[in-house]
Amino acid sequence: MEDEKDYALPEFDTGEKDNSRRNFLKQSTLLTAIALTPGTAIKAADMRVDEKIAEAFEKMPVKLEVNGVAHNLSVEPRATLLDILREQLDLTGTKKGCDHGQCGACTVHVDGHRVNSCLTLGVMASGKKITTIEGLAKGDELHPMQEAFLKHDGFQCGYCTPGQIMSAVACIREGHANSEMEIREYMSGNICRCGAYPNIVNAIQEVKEGGHAV
Amino acid sequence: MKAFQYTRATTQQSAIDAIAKPGTKIIAGGTNLIDLMKRGVIAPDKLVDINQLPLNSISVNKLGHLHIGALALNSAVAEANLVKDLQPLLAMALNAGASPQLRNMATVGGNMMQRTRCAYFYDTTMPCNKREPGSGCGAIGGYNRMHAIFGASDKCIAVHPSDMCVALAALDATVTVSGRKGQRLIPFTEFHRLPGEHPEMDNTLAAGELITGISIPNNNFAKNSYYLKIRDRQSYAFALTSVAAALEISNGTIKQSRLAMGGVAHKPWRLFDAEKALIGKPATEESFKQAAEIAMQGAKAYEYNKFKLKLAPATLVEALKHAAGLV
Repeated sequence: MEDEKDYALPEFDTGEKDNSRRNFLKQSTLLTAIALTPGTAIKAADMRVDEKIAEAFEKMPVKLEVNGVAHNLSVEPRATLLDILREQLDLTGTKKGCDHGQCGACTVHVDGHRVNSCLTLGVMASGKKITTIEGLAKGDELHPMQEAFLKHDGFQCGYCTPGQIMSAVACIREGHANSEMEIREYMSGNICRCGAYPNIVNAIQEVKEGGHAV
Repeated sequence: MKAFQYTRATTQQSAIDAIAKPGTKIIAGGTNLIDLMKRGVIAPDKLVDINQLPLNSISVNKLGHLHIGALALNSAVAEANLVKDLQPLLAMALNAGASPQLRNMATVGGNMMQRTRCAYFYDTTMPCNKREPGSGCGAIGGYNRMHAIFGASDKCIAVHPSDMCVALAALDATVTVSGRKGQRLIPFTEFHRLPGEHPEMDNTLAAGELITGISIPNNNFAKNSYYLKIRDRQSYAFALTSVAAALEISNGTIKQSRLAMGGVAHKPWRLFDAEKALIGKPATEESFKQAAEIAMQGAKAYEYNKFKLKLAPATLVEALKHAAGLV
């Protein structure tokens, strides 16, 4: 690191007077520059930009296989799987409802198990296989559960639907769709504020009884 | 959420070394921790992910004692045939908690370490001695419908939210923990603590100790066990009151009993006196009502949770009737 002493640190305004967008953009560009020159980063503390530098450096590599496609990403440890799916991978089918594990709108499958992606850190899903609502259909051919939700009107506004469908598929795979009571219990992690529950239960029962491969 | 450092522990020792540092927290399932971090209730500088440690086995030894690793998922434990056959009470309690998605993430150790769901603990604009010692208690004199009727203090009236822990307290489980000084065993009923003067401490884990697993001794309760949870909606809600009831019945007479209540105290509330009162009694509703009366001695309600003084004994009687096969 000694030999990197001579790298010049680009000019950087650490004053807080000017919070304009232009200044922000200048700083962001600068951060990228600093991130690419480790030597300068060491001096960053002297320039009182250490927090920003820390952020730029504390992204971690994450490998996710989402709907069969491998992604090598760089994420902050605090980024949830939900936010990564929606904002980095543009897979906006998975919905952010409560963002606190209370509504189930964000339900996805991780290595085949349904989980709340809003409470899953992306770094903790590294190396795992993720299936989202976008990964259920085969091209133009809908998944049997998607067909059944359409047929039975298993939604009104549709916001909870991706989570409901991901949960419903898992519910059958887990072997917990053997009666209306059991379906209701094992779908309780997915809230529908429109109250489409009876139709959702009908859709799941039809898929279960139809013996479709889910 | 405040930014934090994230590392993965590959050995038990490295996890123990890491959590000895202040500001460092273990993460396993993260279902409660991430929620609390998003709300700013806790803000660790560093998270140590322990999911790579080999602590998720479920096994039984020659004596019939069931051992469950700290990282076993709540869903895996609830679905395990060993658990359903040997300790069905535990499986029932687990299935009464959270949602299928959360049970697929939450671990046994994490379930034990989850924090209270007291609304004043969660709301960072409110006083809470548990979140910020010395700031006061918003629930005393506040909206305390969900709160304790046993063992509370003038510092805190919060309840422990777990269902699993209620069953483990009833079943005489033991917690295995590892720290810098080695391994030690903690009886489950002594793992969680009452608030007293220090509600910020939920349990008796020493700094830098890691839960590695729990053990449940062999028993004859499998046939006559029941977990009954009463809540505002039928599923996916925290308990108003809950009861883990386990009986050993021979020719209609109770030989052994284990009882614990949830939703009523800062820790799973074991009912030792009521258990004793049942021994030698016929397994009838009459006996159960007498036990419930004993169980409720010392109960104290606050403004909005007076209903628990009636609901708790009713839950106990109903759970015992189910356990005894009377309903």
